[in-house]
Amino acid sequence: MKRLRTHRVLASVAALAAVVSLPACGAEVGTERSGASAVKPVVSADAVKVGLLNSLSGTMAISEVTVRNSLRLAIDEINADGGVLGRKIVPVSEDGASDWPTFAEKAGKLVRKDRVAATFGCWTSASRKAVKPVFEKYRSPLFYPVQYEGMEQSPYIFYAGATTNQQIIPALDYLKKEGVKSLYLVGSDYVFPRTANKEIRAYAKANGIEIAGEDYAPLGSTEFATITNKVKASGADAVFNTLNGDSNVSFFKEYKSAELNPKELPVVSVSIAEEEVKGIGAQYLKGQLTSWNYYQTTPSAKNKSFVAAYKKRYGADKPTSDPMEAAYTSVYLWKAMVEKAGSFDVEKVRKAADGVTYDAPEGKVTVDGETQHIEKTARIGRIRGDGLIEEVWNSGGPIKPDPFLKSYDWASGLS
Amino acid sequence: MTLLFTQSFTGVSIGAVLLLIALGLSLTFGQMGVINMAHGEFIMAGAYTVYVVQKGISGAGTSLFVALPVAFLVAGAMGVLLEWLLIRRLYARPLDTLLVTWGVSLVLQQLARDIFGAPNVQTAAPSWLTGAVPLPGDLALPASRLFILILALAAIGALAATMRLTPLGRRIRAVVQNRDLAKVSGIPTATVDRLTFFIGSGLAGVAGVALTLVGPIGPAMGTNLIIDAFLVVVAGGIGRLRGAVITAFALGLLQAVFEYATTVSTAKVLVLAGVVLYLQWRPQGLFTLRTRSLA
Amino acid sequence: MNISPRLRAPAGFAVAAALLFLAAPLVLSDFRLGLLAKYLCWAIVALGIGLAWGRGGMLTLGQGLFFGLGGYAMAMHLKLADAGDGKLPDFMTLYGSGTELPWWWEPFRSPVFALAMVLVVPMAVAAVIGLAVFRRRVRGAYFAILSQALCAAFAIWLVGQQTSTGGTNGLTDIQGFFGYDLGDPKNQRMVYFIIAAVLLALMIGVRQLYVSRYGELLVAVRDSEERVRFLGYDPALVKLGAYVLAAGMAGIAGALFVPAVGIMSPALIGVVPSIEFLIGAAIGGRASLPGVVLGAVAVAWARSSLSEQFPSGWTYVQGLIFIVAVAFLPGGLASLKKYVVRRPASVETPAQPARKPAAEEVPA
Repeated sequence: MKRLRTHRVLASVAALAAVVSLPACGAEVGTERSGASAVKPVVSADAVKVGLLNSLSGTMAISEVTVRNSLRLAIDEINADGGVLGRKIVPVSEDGASDWPTFAEKAGKLVRKDRVAATFGCWTSASRKAVKPVFEKYRSPLFYPVQYEGMEQSPYIFYAGATTNQQIIPALDYLKKEGVKSLYLVGSDYVFPRTANKEIRAYAKANGIEIAGEDYAPLGSTEFATITNKVKASGADAVFNTLNGDSNVSFFKEYKSAELNPKELPVVSVSIAEEEVKGIGAQYLKGQLTSWNYYQTTPSAKNKSFVAAYKKRYGADKPTSDPMEAAYTSVYLWKAMVEKAGSFDVEKVRKAADGVTYDAPEGKVTVDGETQHIEKTARIGRIRGDGLIEEVWNSGGPIKPDPFLKSYDWASGLS
Repeated sequence: MTLLFTQSFTGVSIGAVLLLIALGLSLTFGQMGVINMAHGEFIMAGAYTVYVVQKGISGAGTSLFVALPVAFLVAGAMGVLLEWLLIRRLYARPLDTLLVTWGVSLVLQQLARDIFGAPNVQTAAPSWLTGAVPLPGDLALPASRLFILILALAAIGALAATMRLTPLGRRIRAVVQNRDLAKVSGIPTATVDRLTFFIGSGLAGVAGVALTLVGPIGPAMGTNLIIDAFLVVVAGGIGRLRGAVITAFALGLLQAVFEYATTVSTAKVLVLAGVVLYLQWRPQGLFTLRTRSLA
Repeated sequence: MNISPRLRAPAGFAVAAALLFLAAPLVLSDFRLGLLAKYLCWAIVALGIGLAWGRGGMLTLGQGLFFGLGGYAMAMHLKLADAGDGKLPDFMTLYGSGTELPWWWEPFRSPVFALAMVLVVPMAVAAVIGLAVFRRRVRGAYFAILSQALCAAFAIWLVGQQTSTGGTNGLTDIQGFFGYDLGDPKNQRMVYFIIAAVLLALMIGVRQLYVSRYGELLVAVRDSEERVRFLGYDPALVKLGAYVLAAGMAGIAGALFVPAVGIMSPALIGVVPSIEFLIGAAIGGRASLPGVVLGAVAVAWARSSLSEQFPSGWTYVQGLIFIVAVAFLPGGLASLKKYVVRRPASVETPAQPARKPAAEEVPA
């Protein structure tokens, strides 16, 4: 008796489901991303909302909280100065929780529910790839503050960090100039290091540099004895390090234990900034090289006030770093674009983007409208005993962004 | 030849790290059957102890040796608290202990994040532990690794001595072998449980101190270690220290060989899969403890 | 409470259907409905966990593995369909060799094959693991830790094979679903209805299983495996059935997650997400059918809304509810109803085995 009843319910539920879902079927693929899904930002007479999307919990919180801090600093400065087009910026804060699908969910919430005029945030390439379709679908801009692997150009992302030709290639040029003939590649096992190393191999082949070895460790891996042994035995002149996060701590502790030193076998890192130096210990890093566009020690008037404002607000022991500076700068760039366009309308802002400049802490930066990347100066730095990084070389002026490395002959086979 | 030597030592030293992080578990899980997912966070507590001690004592060497016993006490106290608050209610439900302690580990991680900040913190290592120890020939061994190996061996020695020679050790063994009989013989089993948990958790703290020499010190450091630690205990055979020691070094050497021959990722996958397969072959682990209790 | 017990279950399903198919689409915005679709996917996983853990006593700490297998099977097909005939998915041209599709991707061009694999792969893997593990009478903690190790190994492997799996990024930017454009809100609704219908159908199926002879046998194995063995049944086979079914449900959930969210990534598979799958079931009541489903949806909803306001607070809340629910309310919230409605003690509260020395969990 009981069984019979349940069957009847099952049948009726299935019928109901079929009835309800049939008329719900909409457009088919091939109609391309229609403008119908574009969400216009809501701007009131005295306020404009922007989204802040960073990981405040989980493994990436280490880095992303600092970016969040400098975003807030920039927003408060702008508000104290009268806002944007006479409107106060109201930040809507979301936690990406170091989880890519969560990033996509929260991006959707910011764009569709809060209807923000722009979003600032994301750190890992994986989180950027996860939110990219969301921002493209709803036609809302994302300002991404971190150096990345290039080979990407989305009409709704502004890349405020360096692409490879503003960070990795200058580092290789510097190493070549210093007479490095053989390079060992060490990286975390994810998109950025693998893509970067592909480009490094192409560069090395064209420039007569030998690649002595290439090793990857899973993200979060903390066992580096074997890799260090391999590096030591390889006879390389320098190590190119694209490790991320905790792995760097173990790698450099192991490096020192193996009595490898920056004089004989320097390591060039592209993911270690002032904040990371603090977590590893300058004891282990002194003398090693980094490649960025900004250091806390970068001499500019704007940087003095940025560093002072940041330390005043978040503590005297808190350093400033490249991604923090890029995040800070990105808010000002958005403000400049909006003011140039005279509107918060996303398409107008995008059109106005080309040629917008800002005297950033890192020096003058210019938006390249075609790629939506930023022209930046590359700077090679050496880590000091006090944990700060001092510049030893720079590119002499801003480098035009070239995310697909079209202007480099040796890179023709890459994309 | 040099490489073969250093790589073998790498295997041994990976094993020593595994042994240190698994030693406490082999007591709490192996002897008591408690699956403590917060074990990794006790290790974390040990590491942060070094950081805190160094705020007060500037000499890196002195502070390291001060931190060792302090970390043992801190992590041990956390363990006793956990046992008293939660675990003693759950002895009959080992699987639920796993879930509850996982909740505890989440809370402890977030606490660490709120107290010490989300970024990793740094501790200074004494200069004699950051270089290498020269050996005859062209050989040298990393000093920090050598220190961890010695510490691991000392810890296992102390633990074995406690279990074999002291009245407490006899009581623990009695409770493991036959709880009811131990109880009728007048052994206060609840107190013995708590003491066992104290020692097991304290050993996690000691492991945390050692790990500051080779790895990061941050809120998430425990999560990366916990699965490895459990695998060592399970594959070694529940309740057998000897099993844990042999398994730790065997896994360390395997890891080193695979890492060298393939990649670090592949090595990790191979070792995990290897342990799973091994347990198919010998589900009771390397050594089995035979008890006379029925049921 | 004047509904006769015989009508209680059908009435419950009718209410669930009305909520899912009528109330939710009317009340919720497109955005919230999209989130609910995601939560319902967790609920499908939880349904399987309820069967294997709540009724079968197997702590399935590795459901992420099956969720991932089902999800990747679906995502691979959708990715190939997006790319078009004879072309490669976008990430392969970026990070891979850029010319050849790996041989094991090729069959996923066929939608029929991909849909079959969504069920076949997770269930086959579960059958192999289960057969090996339960035959050797591995249970309790061992089983839980083995599942976790396998999960971790699978996630690390996926990340390592960037050129053919997309690495840490996973498979992203999935635009079409069997010819329908996922960018269209109408089609998003359709995906929601499909997920809701699947969940409801599976709930009815699982309920039938619970009241069947097999359901009773499963509970018997959970409470006293030895006695069931002495009665002439093979407990290994009984457990295997529930484990494989749970894996299949996780696979379906993974596959449905892909069109609902547009991403499949190793971040959804590892050790931590696998434990998180359990939270909802533990809180709602692992052995109660409505308990696991409502628990999973409630926890997912709480995570989304609480983490908006208190990002670090959510971690505390998550940890604490887990501790309280498991330690002090092992029957979950569903067990509270016995204080409201007087009902005879039933299979819904797991019996507690007497304490045994740990060494005997695996007889030699």
